[in-house]
Amino acid sequence: MHIEIDEISKQFGVTAALHPVSLAIPSGALVALLGPSGSGKTTLLRILGGLEFPTAGRVLFAGQDATGLTVQERRAGFVFQSYALFRHMTVFENIAYGLNARPRATRPPKAEIARRVTKLLELIQLPDIGARYPSQLSGGQRQRVALARALAIEPRMLLLDEPFGALDAKVRKELRQGLRDIHDTTGLTTVFVTHDQEEAMELADMVVVMSMGRIEQIGKPADIRARPATDFVRTFISA
Amino acid sequence: MSDATTPIRFRSATEERPLTRWLLVGLGAVGMSVLVFAPLIAVFAEALRDGWFAAVASLGNRDAQSAIKLTLLIAAIAVPLNAAFGIAAAWFITKFDFRGKAFLITLIDLPFSVSPVVAGLCIVLMFGTNSLVGGWLVANGYPIVFALPGIVLATMFVTFPFVARELIPVMIEQGRAEEEAALTLGASGWRTFWTVTLPNIRWALLYGVLLCNARAMGEFGAVAVVSGKIRGQTATMPITIEMLYNEYLSVAAFSMAAVLTVLALVTLLLKTALELRHADQLAATHRH
Repeated sequence: MHIEIDEISKQFGVTAALHPVSLAIPSGALVALLGPSGSGKTTLLRILGGLEFPTAGRVLFAGQDATGLTVQERRAGFVFQSYALFRHMTVFENIAYGLNARPRATRPPKAEIARRVTKLLELIQLPDIGARYPSQLSGGQRQRVALARALAIEPRMLLLDEPFGALDAKVRKELRQGLRDIHDTTGLTTVFVTHDQEEAMELADMVVVMSMGRIEQIGKPADIRARPATDFVRTFISA
Repeated sequence: MSDATTPIRFRSATEERPLTRWLLVGLGAVGMSVLVFAPLIAVFAEALRDGWFAAVASLGNRDAQSAIKLTLLIAAIAVPLNAAFGIAAAWFITKFDFRGKAFLITLIDLPFSVSPVVAGLCIVLMFGTNSLVGGWLVANGYPIVFALPGIVLATMFVTFPFVARELIPVMIEQGRAEEEAALTLGASGWRTFWTVTLPNIRWALLYGVLLCNARAMGEFGAVAVVSGKIRGQTATMPITIEMLYNEYLSVAAFSMAAVLTVLALVTLLLKTALELRHADQLAATHRH
């Protein structure tokens, strides 16, 4: 789904987290919001997901104004920084949560939910962990379960906040490919936030470099490397 | 080379010398015995001084029965209400950002710092016959002071902080991420509360409710002021114990005290039993 961000700004009290920013994300793209902490990248992601509302500006999903849509109406698959798995539920129950939360009329029958959860567990290549609790999983497994849980609601887009932030270097490399594969199979428009320029450059089709609540540059990884638009981008990507 | 034959014992960094350990454990045991166990045993010993029959008989009269029923009724009203208010207050404080939050937290703690007697007097001042509200209520047949509503109000005031106090740190530690995740998955706020928030706080809630219950049944000061101590009507168990004791009816007083103690012990045992039964779940869900 095509996403358009039209002159979005966000104030927290007197501080501006986002100056008016605009950005068009083509349908099916894998986009990285790259920047240091405090650059406004997470705020922008949360505005897309409906967890935060902009002070001014509009968000358009597939050409339709989505600014006023509630978080539930957005149908965005959101993966949180520390995954936010429901600790009192098994992996199976975690993934099934979104389907069980649907109103009776659109809720799939129990057997169908079980079938879909099993399929998602296969997609994340962890078919045998359905009965475990989040506390019994490794960091990498948790991340993949969070991804499966987000995918279960048949989202219109996938939003990930620092999806690799809590993982060690080796697992991080493996899971990058995992995310790429899932993106390619599902074809979902995917936006992820990262402060790691190498990660952004390697994984994304399109990188949005942010600093101090402003977008510094938008482009393909190779173009940004070859022609940094500002001094900030030059120093940040060489770091 | 005799050194080679004697094994060297290493002490872990957090381990103390045996003497220190036994001294500290002993000190703790003595303190517990003198301050906790001895009075507990004394209560039962005093109650049973003239034998089982006398103790049970003293509990059988109409006033004693009324006191026990009243105390249970008050706990049955005050504890669920305070649990609901406590959850609401903790939810509001930990899940939202607003001006005056610190002030609200202080306000929740107020009943801890105000003497229960003062709290009771406040209720008498507000709802007594001479007050505007109280006068109107009495005239219309709904007395607050010297009646059940006043006692419930006083008990609720004194026990208000218990649930919220238990919940606030737990909810702060857990953050909002799981609730946000539930919302992005399409759950309504109400559903999120029942399926995510409440299960995550259930142990803290249970603990808060048990403490609240123990205190609600045992509250003396505030209830003494608002109840008017009418025998067989507004005298709760603690009030009755005091009255019996003042009348030198020590078997009756201590029998009632023993019942109150048993009620408190039952709540504690209940909590321990639940913890043992759900130990695996507790361990699994406590932390990620």
